[in-house]
Amino acid sequence: MTARVQTAADLEAYRKKVQAKGDSQRKTISVCAGTGCCAFGAMKLAAAFEQALSERKLQDQIQLRLTGCHGFCERGPLVVFHPEGLLYQRVKPDDVSEILDETIAKGVIIERLLYQDAQGQTYQKEDEVPFYKNQMRVLLAHNGLIDPTSIDDYIAVGGYRPLARVLNEMKPEEVCTTIKKSGLRGRGGGGFPAGVKWESCRAAPSQDGIRYIICNADEGDPGAFMDRSLMEGNPHSVIEGMIIGAWAIAHPGRPEGYVYIRHEYPLAVERLGIALQQARDMGFLGKNILGSGLGFDITINRGGGAFVCGESTALMTSIEGFVGEPRAKHIHTVESGLYDKPTNLNNVETWANVPLIIERGVEWYTSIGTGDVSDNPWGGSKGTKIFALVGKVNNTGLVEVPMGATLRHIIYDIGGGIPGGKKFKAVQTGGPSGGCLPESLLDLPVDFDKLTEVGSMMGSGGMIVMDESTCMVDLARYFINFLADESCGKCVTCREGLRQLGIIVKRICAGEGREEDIQLLSDLSQTVAEASLCALGNTAPNPLLSTLKYFREEYEEHVKEKKCRAKVCKALITFTVIEENCTGCLLCKKKCPSQAISGEKKKVHSIDQGKCIQCGVCNDVCKFNAIRVE
Amino acid sequence: MDAKKLNTILDKYRREPSALLAILQDIQDEENYLPKDTIRQVAGELGVPLARIYALSTFFSSFSLEPRGKHICTVCMGTACHVRGAPRLVEHIEREFDVPAGQTTPDMQLTLETVNCVGACALGPLVILDGEYHGNMNPAKLDRVFRPLKKKE
Ligand SMILES: Cc1cc2nc3c(=O)[nH]c(=O)nc-3n(C[C@H](O)[C@H](O)[C@H](O)COP(=O)(O)O)c2cc1C
Ligand code: SF4
Ligand code: SF4
Ligand code: SF4
Ligand code: FES
Ligand code: FES
Repeated sequence: MTARVQTAADLEAYRKKVQAKGDSQRKTISVCAGTGCCAFGAMKLAAAFEQALSERKLQDQIQLRLTGCHGFCERGPLVVFHPEGLLYQRVKPDDVSEILDETIAKGVIIERLLYQDAQGQTYQKEDEVPFYKNQMRVLLAHNGLIDPTSIDDYIAVGGYRPLARVLNEMKPEEVCTTIKKSGLRGRGGGGFPAGVKWESCRAAPSQDGIRYIICNADEGDPGAFMDRSLMEGNPHSVIEGMIIGAWAIAHPGRPEGYVYIRHEYPLAVERLGIALQQARDMGFLGKNILGSGLGFDITINRGGGAFVCGESTALMTSIEGFVGEPRAKHIHTVESGLYDKPTNLNNVETWANVPLIIERGVEWYTSIGTGDVSDNPWGGSKGTKIFALVGKVNNTGLVEVPMGATLRHIIYDIGGGIPGGKKFKAVQTGGPSGGCLPESLLDLPVDFDKLTEVGSMMGSGGMIVMDESTCMVDLARYFINFLADESCGKCVTCREGLRQLGIIVKRICAGEGREEDIQLLSDLSQTVAEASLCALGNTAPNPLLSTLKYFREEYEEHVKEKKCRAKVCKALITFTVIEENCTGCLLCKKKCPSQAISGEKKKVHSIDQGKCIQCGVCNDVCKFNAIRVE
Repeated sequence: MDAKKLNTILDKYRREPSALLAILQDIQDEENYLPKDTIRQVAGELGVPLARIYALSTFFSSFSLEPRGKHICTVCMGTACHVRGAPRLVEHIEREFDVPAGQTTPDMQLTLETVNCVGACALGPLVILDGEYHGNMNPAKLDRVFRPLKKKE
């Protein structure tokens, strides 16, 4: 099959055609079909819309569009009506008829489907909702607008124009310089300047001209989904970034592309696969792309659920079909990476920034963010960053803000604060390599360097908010166990050190901690950090050390007073019935899995402490607040 | 796995040893686990040591060397789900079905697995039963999710 678009002029002609076809004034119902909304039944909802539209013979006047993640997954399934921008949330198939007959036909707003904030105020328009209004959405700008399975939609909003510009007007070296000047730093964790990496990879000798261009879509941080949403919602932006990278890094050699994507993201794999095929059909991948002489294609590799495979060298070993073990750092992957060829690896979000920088220019890009990168690419953090704001926060979802936004802005202005009137305790950034920051640091501007200074890190963008009901010792135990499980086992310090740290923290949580344990934790952490080969081991103690630093009193309480103030550590809590509140409704007795509750109808119940296994079910089911946990 | 199916998978990847991971994933997608005889055949066909296949299939958490149950329940143990109470969910299911995480009930009805984040963190804590996602779970709500399963027993 010959490519449909062979030159930049062809592309512009094609764009005019798709833009003319898609009438922007035509009413559109956009249903979010990202992983989150699908989990809430978005596909059934879309089917209901389709059926209801055809029953009313409206399918020609009103188009139904399935989009990628809008970021506000918690309120899913989301439906946005264009051109008005009206947002309905938590929409069910049963609402569909009413929506068509009232809202679409008569313009009547259905109050119960509007978003309502914690203060009770409702909002009609998507862009007025504080969650969206306080963001700066440039990478996510098109996520809620375009159908990710339609390359025409992407082209209609200007897609692949940056690629055409690069291939026609810019030398590969110029592109590297542009990316370097933009100050774009890697979004996968390390914050290494992308342009510097590209230049080194370009400069590395390759006898047969092969250079590998890889996208790291392993997104191993458990509690983050920025990359997932980009791939599901706007896969072509990532692909376009990679093609530009192939030109900049490898032309006129032989670039070959890979996307290494975690298998837990079936929808992203599917959408990316569709997008790649469309790009091939259009002629953006394959031979002689847009007449430039560049030949490039991209293969998808699925990971197997190992965190360490997100590490650059482990990822490459895994693509080669071996167990993903990291290797020594002194061999640089830009010179000798995949199959020992020069290899350039960047994160999904890093790649998605590239077309934007080309389209809108270095000046625009460097106007966003912190510091000065004009003669030092490490001099600041530029552009926006997407965070996965999750945990104990009112508005959970994906949040894009300029670098340098404060934690407070993200958690309170956008996130709407802590639910249920509880008190903020900490925010965890940087995933398993990062740290927990206390309330006193809420005004910290978030960028690569500031977060590192306080003992955490940017990581890939996970931001987990915790309130007073999260135990910091338990959280440290969680991360240590996670990392001990995920350690590839090559280094003794990482494999055994983490196991020992896990045993000590477990002991503390079980109320069997010893006074010297806290010091032991710090000492052992240092050894693990210093003597391990890869960044997994080097950064593994961060969650532990940061909680020791900022929440030491909780450790001390566990050890000395045998108390867990968050009421999480089972060995340190008891469940009892509050006599004044108990109505004798029998519910807890029925639900208790260990028959620890006795009582008769309409009489106060009581819990046999010898039988109670602290599962908390009684507290979940009691409607009268009659269970005391202490 | 029958020879024809296996050959289709091997041919799809041109019998390249570098595609081993993808081949194993396709086999597991078909069979729900990696049958012993099949991986022996794969080793022979691709000319790679059996030990390498075992290394891969034990290293990656997505592989199972044991047959899995008729129903598969996956509890997310990512950080976002953890802070919202995921550990209690696992314990609850372990108790209700008398099966430790990572294993299958003796009657082969249910396999209980855990996963580190499926990217739907905003819905946490999350339980996936036979591909269907159930968000904002707690032990009491879980009983409802599992009701159809309990009935069949
Ligand atoms: C244990 C470990 C896990 C990692 N996981 C990921 C990941 O899931 N995604 C990612 O993009 N980078 C991950 N990284 C960082 C990569 O090694 C690498 O720095 C990054 O992909 C480079 O791309 P960037 O410069 O665009 O950020 C991980 C690093 C380590 C040490
Ligand atoms: S630090 Fe840990 S994960 Fe990294 S190579 Fe060593 S053992 Fe493997
Ligand atoms: S559920 Fe609450 S009110 Fe009902 S018997 Fe138990 S403790 Fe009493
Ligand atoms: S915590 Fe669990 S075991 Fe203990 S009384 Fe309540 S329901 Fe029963
Ligand atoms: S999946 Fe719909 S908003 Fe995220
Ligand atoms: S942490 Fe459970 S879905 Fe992400």
